[in-house]
Amino acid sequence: MISSSSNISSRSKGDFLLSWSVRLLALTTGGLLLLVVAFLFHESWPALQHIGLSRFFSDPDWYPTDNSYRLTSMVWGTILATTGAVLLASPLGILSALFCHFYAPPLLGRWYRHMVELLAGIPSVVFGFWGLVVLVPMIGRWHPPGPSLLAGILILTFMIMPTIMLVAHTSIAHVPVAYIHSASALGFSRWSMMWHVILPTSKVGIFTGILLGMARALGETMAVLMVCGNVVQTPSHLFDPIRTLTANIALEMAYALGDHRAALFMSGLFLMGLVVLVVCMAEALRHRNIYVATK
Amino acid sequence: MPFSSFFIFALRVILVSHILWAFPPWEYLSARAEGTRLIITGSSTMAPLVSEIGKRFETLHPGNRVDVQTGGSSRGIADAVTGLADIGMASRALKPQEAHLFGSVIAYDGITIILHRDNPVQILTDAQIRDIYTGTSTNWKTVGGNDAPTMVVNKAEGRSTLELFLQYFNLKNRDIHAHVVIGDNEQGIKTVAGNPHAIGYVSIGTAQYDANHGIRIRLLPLQHIPATIETVREGTFPLSRPLTLVTQSPPAGLIKTFIDFAQSLQVHDLILKQYFVPLQG
Amino acid sequence: MSRQSKHVQEYCLTVIIWTAATMVAIPFIWFMSDLLWNGWSQLSFTFVFAAPRNAGREGGIGPILISTMLIVGVCMGVAWPMGLGTALFLSEYTRQDHVLGRLIRGSLDVLAGVPSIVFGLFGNALFCQVLGFGFSILSGGLTLACMVLPLLIRTVEESFRVISREQRLSAAALGLSKPTTIRTILLPAAIPGLLVGGILGLGRAIAETAALIFTSGYVDRMPESLMDSGRSLAVHIYDLSMNVAGGNPHAYATALVLVSLLFIINFASSWIAARWTSCNQLPT
Repeated sequence: MISSSSNISSRSKGDFLLSWSVRLLALTTGGLLLLVVAFLFHESWPALQHIGLSRFFSDPDWYPTDNSYRLTSMVWGTILATTGAVLLASPLGILSALFCHFYAPPLLGRWYRHMVELLAGIPSVVFGFWGLVVLVPMIGRWHPPGPSLLAGILILTFMIMPTIMLVAHTSIAHVPVAYIHSASALGFSRWSMMWHVILPTSKVGIFTGILLGMARALGETMAVLMVCGNVVQTPSHLFDPIRTLTANIALEMAYALGDHRAALFMSGLFLMGLVVLVVCMAEALRHRNIYVATK
Repeated sequence: MPFSSFFIFALRVILVSHILWAFPPWEYLSARAEGTRLIITGSSTMAPLVSEIGKRFETLHPGNRVDVQTGGSSRGIADAVTGLADIGMASRALKPQEAHLFGSVIAYDGITIILHRDNPVQILTDAQIRDIYTGTSTNWKTVGGNDAPTMVVNKAEGRSTLELFLQYFNLKNRDIHAHVVIGDNEQGIKTVAGNPHAIGYVSIGTAQYDANHGIRIRLLPLQHIPATIETVREGTFPLSRPLTLVTQSPPAGLIKTFIDFAQSLQVHDLILKQYFVPLQG
Repeated sequence: MSRQSKHVQEYCLTVIIWTAATMVAIPFIWFMSDLLWNGWSQLSFTFVFAAPRNAGREGGIGPILISTMLIVGVCMGVAWPMGLGTALFLSEYTRQDHVLGRLIRGSLDVLAGVPSIVFGLFGNALFCQVLGFGFSILSGGLTLACMVLPLLIRTVEESFRVISREQRLSAAALGLSKPTTIRTILLPAAIPGLLVGGILGLGRAIAETAALIFTSGYVDRMPESLMDSGRSLAVHIYDLSMNVAGGNPHAYATALVLVSLLFIINFASSWIAARWTSCNQLPT
């Protein structure tokens, strides 16, 4: 990577202009996050004042009109739904990307990619609606009541799989052709080449895709609202209805006032905390990867 | 090929100039100078109806604009108080602590219990409904139905439908053991239509329309009074609610004109089309 | 490993991969055929261009299409410059482990996970109230830009990152300035990645509902300026399917129009990108 300070060419006006406009844009983007966090803090301040942080975990249950604000079961709901979706969607996405590149005939591969690109743009309400009228009754016939953690995991998988697949696809496309030719020349079988050469090379990109998918799953509101059942409880098995933090905000925000409203924003902050945790873990993992990679 | 590249260039210029002529960007960058604009926010149940009333109002009083936004009954009232909206929509009567505000009722709606059409149960007493909702009866056979577990569908906290339901059955939200919690009416209907052992409660208008159009639900009578728009209109149905337009000060000017219009006979057909009950006379 | 067992392993893995691909394709085909089955009968020329009547149960979606395109236009018009600039900053002007770069990357990842409804409320507070735009297409577009930025930046940055060092070194050796290098070497090479970022961002923007309900609003009239409130396609689908009794048929038809629109835009972008890269291979 070449930094601008090591350019031997003279500092032309274009250089200067570009360098500072790019810095400005980047700072604006960074400032955006600060604004969002500031907004969340500002709106949840009454909750911190009147309710206090510990009560969000020690109150008996979530009945805001009865002055009870326990978030734990919803935090579990969010974590379980997201983890399940990422566990299902990552292998599907990566395998699909490999399918597109190495196993499918060229025409099929191209149309397969177009199909996944379409999936990436379908609104969450449409997914939720389809889930509500098709998936949930199916699950209900198998094991009542129907709206459940399983339904949420399946719908979230459909939603984040395109992101993972498309980013993985681009990553794999950037593996230098020389690597593939060398591996073939050395007699690698197709799968060995993928496992030992291609996946390690595109590791960072695939990881970014999974992270983006996980972030999307954590923040998904409409679809989980329609298929998860929205009962405030910690699920004991896959067929139990759950409520995620996002669905909670969507359900109750419209009718919440005062402390209730502030408590909902507080749950938004908790969600952000969860995302920060995941991102930190990912950064730690990636930091290790960078020193190991041969870039 | 200089000619073909020139041709393609000319084609592009013509295309772009056509687009600029049809959708001139400079016109979109500034707000049009307009007549007066009414902003109405609030209940999503009322939004489609008030939106249609607004459109008819605009054709009869040209130069004015009526913008309807959703956000929930509480938000509508809050916006009316702070002045963010001219009128707030609330799908309930004003509470005692809101007595300093001015509410104008424009229509009535009822709340009905719904079952799946394949459920053999035809009627439930108030006590039976209370038992099912509190989890005392967990199987349909205790109320004369099949041997199957009940699936209770409840509304989310804070919704006016929930508050009315709790008030009528004398329950607290804590007492209800729900299997599914829903947000909007149609979500409730689709949930009940998707499970033969489900029970829920929604707005009568929505339920009646859907039942008439093939959705597999049945409306249950309450206290032996059938759940239809007619019984709500007659006033005999026990569980009904007013749809209210709320203002912070006594309606005046354009707001008054609009509210009068919304309460007049001229919008009766619109109210009936949304399956609500218009005011008498 | 003997050749025999290697063949078996290879065969098994081929089966697994084809199964995975089919598992992805089946729900999509099921889903799309459901949509087509229920929505096709409602589609017509008038449906696409007429105004909605009777709370959307009759008439069409003309004004809503225009509002959606304006909202997405504002969103992309704001998000692309900011996104490209930030991505360039992250990949060209900072070292991989530089503190500021890592901070911005981390904050983008966190931003990607904020729920859409929180963005809607944030957009309402910032653009509608503080900046005074009110419920408008401008507010909606700007809020969407905030949501799409993380996705865009991360994908574009990835596509710049994978361009080999040799290209940059050669450019420096030839005495090219930074802007020229970026313009003539890096951007063309990154086109496929930019395309994916664009498609993912566009997909997210068109699909967004909760954020737009609070910012660009519910009005289904033909917008006359960017300051007018306008409903997007996704909000219309939500209203018809979840709020209006009997709105199902038109909800399906609107969803079909949305998917077709997406298909056309995606296809066109791929085609343009392919033309661009093939054109740029000619010496200038």
